Amino acid sequence: MSTGYRIVKKEVYSSVTYMWEVEAPDVARAAQPGHFLMVRINEEGERIPLTVADFDRQRGTVTVVIQAVGKSTREMMALAEGDSILDFIGPLGEASHIQKRSKVILVGGGLGVAPVYPQLRAYKELGSTTLSIIGFRTKALVFWEEKFRAQSDELHIATDDGSYGHKGFVSQVLQMLLERHRDTEEVVAIGPLPMMRVCCDVSHPFGVRTMVSLNSIMVDGTGMCGSCRVTVGGKLKFACVDGPDFDGHQVDFDELMRRQRRFQREEQESLQQYEEECRLLGRTA
Amino acid sequence: MTTVKTIHTIPTGRTPMPEQAPQVRATNFEEVALGYTLPEALREADRCLECKKPRCIAGCPVGIDIPGFIRAIAQQDMRRAYEILRQDNPLPGVCGRVCPQESQCEVRCIVGIKAEPVCIGRLERFAADYAMAHFEAETPSMAPAGKKAAIIGSGPAGIACAADLARAGVDVTIFEALHMAGGVLKYGIPEFRLPKSIVDREIALLKQMGVTIELNTVIGKLFTIPQLMQEKGFDAVFVGTGAGFPKFQGIPGENLNGVFSANEFLTRVNLMRGFRHPEYDTPVGMGRQVAVIGAGNTAMDCARCALRMGAEAVTVVYRRTQKESPARAEELHHAMQEGIQFQWLTNPVQILGNADGWVSGMECIRMALGEPDASGRRAPVEQPGTNFVIPVDTVIYALGTRANPIIAKSTPGLKTNQWGYIELDEQTGMTSLPGVFAGGDIVTGSATVILALGAGRRAATGMLQYLGLRPAEASAEARAAKTGA
Ligand SMILES: Cc1cc2nc3c(=O)[nH]c(=O)nc-3n(C[C@H](O)[C@H](O)[C@H](O)COP(=O)(O)OP(=O)(O)OC[C@H]3O[C@@H](n4cnc5c(N)ncnc54)[C@H](O)[C@@H]3O)c2cc1C
Ligand code: SF4
Ligand code: FES
Repeated sequence: MSTGYRIVKKEVYSSVTYMWEVEAPDVARAAQPGHFLMVRINEEGERIPLTVADFDRQRGTVTVVIQAVGKSTREMMALAEGDSILDFIGPLGEASHIQKRSKVILVGGGLGVAPVYPQLRAYKELGSTTLSIIGFRTKALVFWEEKFRAQSDELHIATDDGSYGHKGFVSQVLQMLLERHRDTEEVVAIGPLPMMRVCCDVSHPFGVRTMVSLNSIMVDGTGMCGSCRVTVGGKLKFACVDGPDFDGHQVDFDELMRRQRRFQREEQESLQQYEEECRLLGRTA
Repeated sequence: MTTVKTIHTIPTGRTPMPEQAPQVRATNFEEVALGYTLPEALREADRCLECKKPRCIAGCPVGIDIPGFIRAIAQQDMRRAYEILRQDNPLPGVCGRVCPQESQCEVRCIVGIKAEPVCIGRLERFAADYAMAHFEAETPSMAPAGKKAAIIGSGPAGIACAADLARAGVDVTIFEALHMAGGVLKYGIPEFRLPKSIVDREIALLKQMGVTIELNTVIGKLFTIPQLMQEKGFDAVFVGTGAGFPKFQGIPGENLNGVFSANEFLTRVNLMRGFRHPEYDTPVGMGRQVAVIGAGNTAMDCARCALRMGAEAVTVVYRRTQKESPARAEELHHAMQEGIQFQWLTNPVQILGNADGWVSGMECIRMALGEPDASGRRAPVEQPGTNFVIPVDTVIYALGTRANPIIAKSTPGLKTNQWGYIELDEQTGMTSLPGVFAGGDIVTGSATVILALGAGRRAATGMLQYLGLRPAEASAEARAAKTGA
């Protein structure tokens, strides 16, 4: 299998957000909502965790949505349809425990919109009433609106700057929906850590279980290194084997946010070096 | 005219191993021990008395014909020396480098009673390296036996099992979770102790024997064991997944930034080639003052990697004494030579952090060895009032590992013990599931390369019997003869 995994489709959603549909029939067959993958593009590359955003067993493909934040994800953005990547390992983690709920609220923030989608679809397939909230910084960054609309009984869109949908954060819309729908049985919130944390704070007084997906810093993604460790309910957990989904009301977000900064300096240096190389080669980073 | 060799006629001192100087090697990742030259090997081989009743063999977990291969070296028949080794050990080049010879074969060597024991490990390495440099690997092509076996994990246990099965004509596929084959030999043990080219050559040999290796395949996730057997047509399965689930101590501060498990640190450095960051993308994130907790081989590897990564000071902290350290004697010795500091009888009580959540120190307490416990080991006890702080910005936990739960969780009916290690039937070597065998660290807990190799080979014998490719009695006899039982 040294030929790698082919990117059969690429869509660019914004200057920093893009989607890959990758040919990996075995992974597609085994993937469930909530799973993630470890991806490495070449020999020198890092192993990067990416949450499964969709899978198509017929086509034998798995979809991931990526944000170009560091050197590796920028380099990945430069790849085109038809290119291959070296490693595409998965599905990893525990699949989301999706059971029929009469009413669920699914919240996706920014990039988190993508991994919420397979959960939304699974809840819909089980016959749940699905209320979706997807949030972006600004209108130009909005993606998968139609995909979400097709599976949602209600779809709410929020933008930070008010350029589309509600002005403000997804957490504000969540507050509103929880007040309106007292019969909500579960909230799923996926996105940047501060967003997941605020959503948990919002849902806590309502006593509604809120599942979050923690994409902590990983190396192997199989329980071997402990890089991904998080404290949940006062206990040590490995996000890659015990999660990535956890009960958000139990997660120690302070610690997690601190641990996310472990390699900030190195990442910054790598990125600068990459930008410098691109500049010298006359490419856009 | 032949003179009979006796303890009085052989050179008393062991032939020293040529090594990189400590100050030089502490700054590079190249191999520390350079290996014997031919004259050195011949001199050392000459020290073996070729005992009629060799005591050394009983100390070897796989029962290598030690005087046999040493005699072949002395006669300069290196091909035979290598063949003798390979009969019992599929990875002599690896074992010659990493086995704890001082507590296995060499400790029993008769020469050791009056003088220093024969350097069996160094000779093993010599024969393997010589073969690698001078001979084409011969790969016997067996008639296909019409059976398929799946091996889960490409560490020493999996490699040994695969080699034996392939030799018997079984169609073997190894499934490896990582993007690289070799298990701990690749992701754990660093380059300066075991060059990756040595492991790669062994893997290449396996492939030449017709073994297929599927990387990036996490069994239990991509396919389960029942799927392998029912859908993929494998007649037997071997689980050699190792015990790679890091342990922490449960003291305050373990999740501070700057605290690593040995596995995280070593995979970043070795598997991901973080020692060549930024050429390789994976950062290591190590600081300047490093503490390593534990004193086994893993701890030595971490400490010495940290030094080579540019740490200003590296301190190993262990709650017992040097005598109880489970590391190979040579590794301890090398670490000391390189300037690693040791705090024996010392145990961490908490890791201290600064306002930003980074490690700023480690508070420790002195220990003393108390009464022997049930296992006969003297348990370390805290000495109240002896707390002190080591100023460090990085702490690496090398306290061993536990069983990874992925396989057990995804394989209904697979029996494990209370620690999650897989249980075997003593007679057949089979797990609680028909056709599923296991061996190595996932059965015993963290052990050694040679024990994992031995377990892989024993499982292969059991699998061949299960597959009807080998009569049961014959091999049981052979095994009994081998272990001297
Ligand atoms: C840093 C370090 C230094 C050591 N030094 C020495 C030494 O000097 N001498 C010595 O004798 N011993 C040493 N050991 C111990 C020795 O390496 C182990 O005992 C030995 O490697 C165990 O072999 P194994 O085949 O059971 O497992 P491993 O070598 O751990 O290999 C298991 C393989 O299985 C793979 N795997 C796990 N789960 C799955 C899955 N679900 N699907 C597919 N693949 C999977 C893993 O990725 C891994 O590649 C050391 C160990 C460490 C960590
Ligand atoms: S015990 Fe020592 S001297 Fe005797 S055969 Fe073994 S290695 Fe040689
Ligand atoms: S990423 Fe290594 S244990 Fe989770």
